[in-house]
Amino acid sequence: MNIREIETELVEEFEMFEDWMEKYNYIIDLGKNLPIMDNKLKTQENLVTGCQSQVYLHGELKDGKVYFTADSDALIPKGIVSILLRVVSGHSPESILNAELKFISEIGLEEHLSPNRANGLMAMVSQMKKYALVFKSQMN
Amino acid sequence: MELTTVQRIRQDFPALSMQVYGKQLVFLDSAASSLKPISVIEGVADYYKTINSNVHRGNYRISQLASDSYDGVRGKMKEYLHAGSDAEIVFTKGTTEAINLLAHGLAADIKEGDHILVTEMEHHANILPWQHLCAQKKAILKVVPLNEDGTLKIDKLKSLLNENTKILAVTHVSNVLGTINPLKEIIELAHRSNTKVVVDGAQGIVHGPVDVQDIDCDFYVFSGHKFYAPMGVGVLYGKEKWLQEMEPYQLGGSMIDQVSFEKTTFKDSPHKFEGGTPNVGGVIGLGLAIDYIESIGWEFIHKVESELLAYAESELRKIKGLQIIGNAENKGPISSFSVNGVHAYDIGTLLDRFGVACRTGNHCTQPMHDGLGLAGTVRASYAFYNTKEEIDIFIDALKRTIDMLR
Repeated sequence: MNIREIETELVEEFEMFEDWMEKYNYIIDLGKNLPIMDNKLKTQENLVTGCQSQVYLHGELKDGKVYFTADSDALIPKGIVSILLRVVSGHSPESILNAELKFISEIGLEEHLSPNRANGLMAMVSQMKKYALVFKSQMN
Repeated sequence: MELTTVQRIRQDFPALSMQVYGKQLVFLDSAASSLKPISVIEGVADYYKTINSNVHRGNYRISQLASDSYDGVRGKMKEYLHAGSDAEIVFTKGTTEAINLLAHGLAADIKEGDHILVTEMEHHANILPWQHLCAQKKAILKVVPLNEDGTLKIDKLKSLLNENTKILAVTHVSNVLGTINPLKEIIELAHRSNTKVVVDGAQGIVHGPVDVQDIDCDFYVFSGHKFYAPMGVGVLYGKEKWLQEMEPYQLGGSMIDQVSFEKTTFKDSPHKFEGGTPNVGGVIGLGLAIDYIESIGWEFIHKVESELLAYAESELRKIKGLQIIGNAENKGPISSFSVNGVHAYDIGTLLDRFGVACRTGNHCTQPMHDGLGLAGTVRASYAFYNTKEEIDIFIDALKRTIDMLR
């Protein structure tokens, strides 16, 4: 599936939730189940600024595709980064750079997140795009 | 049905009827910024609707009326703080500007090797200007540590004070721990070594009446917006003898005596510290906030707020794994806490969805949080317009929040 298709799938999943609590419970579960990030990757460079919690986000290029790993000391940002990983990880730098990631507002994340965290979410996206940009330039 | 006093008071605060996510807002973040009573809101609007004009400049009727209103608030504030003269009341845009003004104005007193004393519980606004001044002057920033209950180690303060200590910058009430510092005792100790005392009154001014002559502080600063007044206005009280000695902070219009390209002389305090057009509407709002507080009365405010604090903390203590940070006997209406294994940020996010507004993070006291080994805390703060029912909603939401996160 391409990025837009995964986004559509996510939006459909989120439509099933009847209230905000179900949605957050899901995000929290995703946070709890996010694969462990190698501690060596928790560097200052991988620290996403603009979040009230500590979010680490690392990207690697493998066979022309970018794979991300992430962690946070708080569960909700961890769940949110997990959603981002599902959408963005495993695609080419080009398609990551071009992704509009409309699902963020479509699943009501933007709308329901406090301004601080909305910024944190944008900071995560921009960190991912930065990685994609670097890898794209390496590939050329 | 007759309304209780609190119910009547709540009608004075339009923002209390806000709904968030379809729920009634429960506002427990007054320590960040209090809500404003309708008399303040309308009074500020009235100024812009009627005598809107610059002050101390216009030779026409409404400018004179605006100037009279503006200067009238200075006189009112002088009375309110029991200051010695109008010259001791400088309007600023808030606490932060007032402290920066002082760090600038007192710089001439500081030489290499001098000490400036702050406490571990200070807000960044009462650390950074002093840290910067120390760096500029090669002076030394010393820190008074805390006891486990969140009170100041007075013995340590005594041992840190000496003839090299030029300034002690201390908060009246901690914005995180709620601790009310024994200002009179602290100031008396500091004055023994001729140390000037700057009191950060941002939280203290809303705790009760302040008598600057009684506590004998050299400077007392606070913001209007935590004091039921508009944002962007604040007060610097300073002993007149110090203010007259101090250099102005910002140079510009209306603060000068004579200007030529060769030489400029400045007016006396307070005018030399109020260069440029002041926040006239804000100052008028500040005066109305004093009127409002006096109409409610400190006795009532104190009673409601201490009851809310006691009730909230007894309920918070029942929650497993929750620690209240700051357990001083003498405490303002602030409860900061952490919950084992749960991030403060997650708690704040979910409380918000329940309609409860609390503060999360390090509340601009990063050094203190580091000292306590905490990444962040959740802070609920109470004002006399809050109710026991709101505390119940908060506690219930908090319990459900913790369940979701564990």
